[in-house]
Amino acid sequence: MRKKVIFKGTLLPYLLLAPQLVITAIFFFWPAGQAVYQSFLREDAFGNSVQFVGLENFLDVVNDQTWLDAAGRTLVFSGSVAALALGSALFLAVQADKHIRGADVYKTLLIWPYAVAPAIAAVLWLFMFHPNIGLFGRMLNGLGVPWDYRLNGSQAMLMVIMASAWKQVSYNFIFFLAGLQSIPRSVLEAAAIDGARPARRFWTIIFPLLSPTAFFLLVVNLVYAFFDTFGVIHSLTHGGPGKATETLIYRVYVDGVINVNFGSSSAQSVILMILVVALTVIQFRYVERKVHY
Amino acid sequence: MATLTLQDIKKSFGATAVLHGVDLDVQDGEMIVIVGASGCGKSTLLRIVAGLETETSGEVLIAGQSMKGLEPADRDVAMVFQNYALYPHMSVFQNMAYGLKIRRMPKDEIVRRVDQAAALLGIGHLLQRKPRELSGGQRQRVAMGRAIVREPKLFLFDEPLSNLDAKLRVELRAEIRRLQRRLGVTSLFVTHDQVEAMTLGDRLVVMNAGRAAQIATPMEIWERPADTYVAGFIGSPSMNLLHATLEAGGGAAILDAGGLRLPFADGPRAGAAGRKLTIGVRPEHLRLGEGGLGVMVELVEPLGGESVLHGKLADGTPLTARLPGARYGDGPMQLMLPPELLHVFDGETGKRIEAGG
Amino acid sequence: MAASDRPHENAVDIGILADRTRRRQRREKIVTHICLLVGILIFVFPIYLTLIGSTHDVNTIGRGDVPLLPGAEALHNYTQAWAAGGGRYMGVPAATMLTNSLIMALCVAVGKIAISLTSAYAVVFFRFPLRMVFFWLIFITLMLPVEVRIIPTIQVMVDMGLTNSMAGLVIPLIASATATLLFRQFFLTIPDEYVEAAKIDGAGPIRFFIDVVLPLSRTNIAALFVILFIYGWNQYLWPLLIVSDRSLETVVVGLTKMIGTGDQQNEWNVIMATAVFALLPPVAVVVFMQRWFVKGLTETEK
Repeated sequence: MRKKVIFKGTLLPYLLLAPQLVITAIFFFWPAGQAVYQSFLREDAFGNSVQFVGLENFLDVVNDQTWLDAAGRTLVFSGSVAALALGSALFLAVQADKHIRGADVYKTLLIWPYAVAPAIAAVLWLFMFHPNIGLFGRMLNGLGVPWDYRLNGSQAMLMVIMASAWKQVSYNFIFFLAGLQSIPRSVLEAAAIDGARPARRFWTIIFPLLSPTAFFLLVVNLVYAFFDTFGVIHSLTHGGPGKATETLIYRVYVDGVINVNFGSSSAQSVILMILVVALTVIQFRYVERKVHY
Repeated sequence: MATLTLQDIKKSFGATAVLHGVDLDVQDGEMIVIVGASGCGKSTLLRIVAGLETETSGEVLIAGQSMKGLEPADRDVAMVFQNYALYPHMSVFQNMAYGLKIRRMPKDEIVRRVDQAAALLGIGHLLQRKPRELSGGQRQRVAMGRAIVREPKLFLFDEPLSNLDAKLRVELRAEIRRLQRRLGVTSLFVTHDQVEAMTLGDRLVVMNAGRAAQIATPMEIWERPADTYVAGFIGSPSMNLLHATLEAGGGAAILDAGGLRLPFADGPRAGAAGRKLTIGVRPEHLRLGEGGLGVMVELVEPLGGESVLHGKLADGTPLTARLPGARYGDGPMQLMLPPELLHVFDGETGKRIEAGG
Repeated sequence: MAASDRPHENAVDIGILADRTRRRQRREKIVTHICLLVGILIFVFPIYLTLIGSTHDVNTIGRGDVPLLPGAEALHNYTQAWAAGGGRYMGVPAATMLTNSLIMALCVAVGKIAISLTSAYAVVFFRFPLRMVFFWLIFITLMLPVEVRIIPTIQVMVDMGLTNSMAGLVIPLIASATATLLFRQFFLTIPDEYVEAAKIDGAGPIRFFIDVVLPLSRTNIAALFVILFIYGWNQYLWPLLIVSDRSLETVVVGLTKMIGTGDQQNEWNVIMATAVFALLPPVAVVVFMQRWFVKGLTETEK
């Protein structure tokens, strides 16, 4: 859709765009450019000299076993978060879309966790599963399960996955519900008259029609798990114990902010940027295709 | 109130020419209807007058003054849009007052004008409503009111009735006509509906493919269409157009289908024997009669007092007739073509050929 | 929905079938309710536990005897959290942190909406050289979350002297591709005739923006406000990096600092009261503006 009626003006449009463009240039493009630039540089141990090292930072990063471990961990973490958050959201959305009494109340009660910050979600889970003060943490220990996510890496991973997925369910729920409600009732009625039972209707009619929503959400959830969960990990485990919950983004933070290794941190940033760009492009490709069909 | 003059208006969008040079002189207080099929350039012409589009060449003069380079706001015109374009968040009063407010008119004068226009249109009780609370006809009246309060030199109507149902359209058509007469504001009215055009206009501009095919009063156009396009466009059902050739001496035409001889009542046409002609005859001018044109009737549409018959000539040319009464059946039939009501057009250019011309 | 996919031999069969169907439907309804209740329990319970915790004294929680019913210390805990803060190092009062969070969230939301409105207006209602270039420049910032450009962004902030300031917290977060895209999308649906009518009425671009476009955008602005308020309130990494002055602490970051490494000896009662403070405003915004919020969310992200 293209507007054909417009206003005349030479200076005004630039003035209207200026604030957005200035902020974008200073705080987005300049730093992103710097990240790319610095990813090709290396500083000596005392910060006295800087030299151009080409792709060496990148090679160091991808040859570093601990980075590769973090990458693998990120994959497991993000996959689990996305699967858990999408699966439970879809299940709840299908239930809430049924014609039952109190459906609106259910919806409201499932939507509000969207407002909870990832870091706060982590804190709430900490209150529940802290080995000493948490209700469930103590319960587990009481049952003879040695539970302490601060010492046990797998338990720590489980905690950050649960807290991260918990926070994301309501977001997915909202979109799945909107997707379900946009399916024309007549299509479902036709399927019912064709003799399809509810379960069959779900898998043969509803799920295929929801798949664009699901795909969109998958990308959003992966991006969320890559980046926004920094708050969860930082407040719950600080990447530990050891490096058990150190994801790629946490690693960038550790190398850049704590270890002050600009070159390596920048190279990692650039790799992540490429990842986001790839995900976004895939998403837009897919959305475009969806428009055609 | 003012005259409007269009001088050789041309318009192209990129490589596509939409208007090929339109000339028009509108008298003070006159209602001109621009009519044509969609895509003929009629809306573009109106928008050029409004200043919403810029002409590629040519000139628009309002009250004798060139409008070249002037913004719509500076042309002192008011416009009624097809979808009314009422601002949805403003009340009826605010919608009507908006243009006056921008022109910094004193508040009491605004109120006076809006009240007056609202009374004229019978929408005085709706002034505090929002557009979405109004029916289609009421919105249409508000859109008119917004134009009226401005007391502009020119009213421009861009298919203002086409979003209404048939009954309302007829009602508002008459109302627009009455209002325009009473206010005496020079008006341009664009429509694709030929009935609307016939009933509303002092004069019509029939547009075809970016040109004004004919500019004349409704009756002139109906009685003496300038070419086969106008002949077919104005009148319902459409005029029958039949291929024929000129007889030696130019006193009659010989129909291609069946060879029937049609003498011209008003005098001979110029040209050599065998000149290609198109003979036009309106469906309502055909009459039953022995020795006429042989038609195979395939469909009869009874309309009550009269019937519309669809049939084919011997060579397959379709023919429509409108006959009084309702007692007709399918099958062969003979129809007379009255010589004094025939239209003669050139077979190649489609232009009207007058007697002796 | 009737089960009608079987041929029925006689009326008795149909009677039995209808009965069975009715019973099955009732059973399914109950199962649906149970599923939803369990789902809600999973989301409400952590909050409930926190609320309960915030009403007990520090020793009850420290011992780990977390009761499931409210205690009597609510007033004390909330007063301490509000006025003094807690944690092992006697942190920042929640009043300060909440004020900071509120200012930050409001400024981010209002700022983003303001500059997105004007830039979208320019892109949609004007034609000028480099228009699409600018549009794409804004658009690709979608792909540059703060997290991937941490280090150089901090350097920029340090160079501009913006660290440890509210301006530093807010301004870099104001640029927004999503809001610009949403408004552009919406502006494109404003009929051309409104612009034409405005032109004939004599309204210029600025007047049209104020008199017509802004009022028409009200719903979109409200929806976006909810989302952006929450976005601003929930910022974590950015304040963590930019602010070390504790008087500028926002509540989300402040809360996790209170917890530290999660020692048993923490003042958990105060921490939990602070957590409730941190949760309340954004949750209230979502619940009270649910309609706007859902609309805004599903439209922005498409």
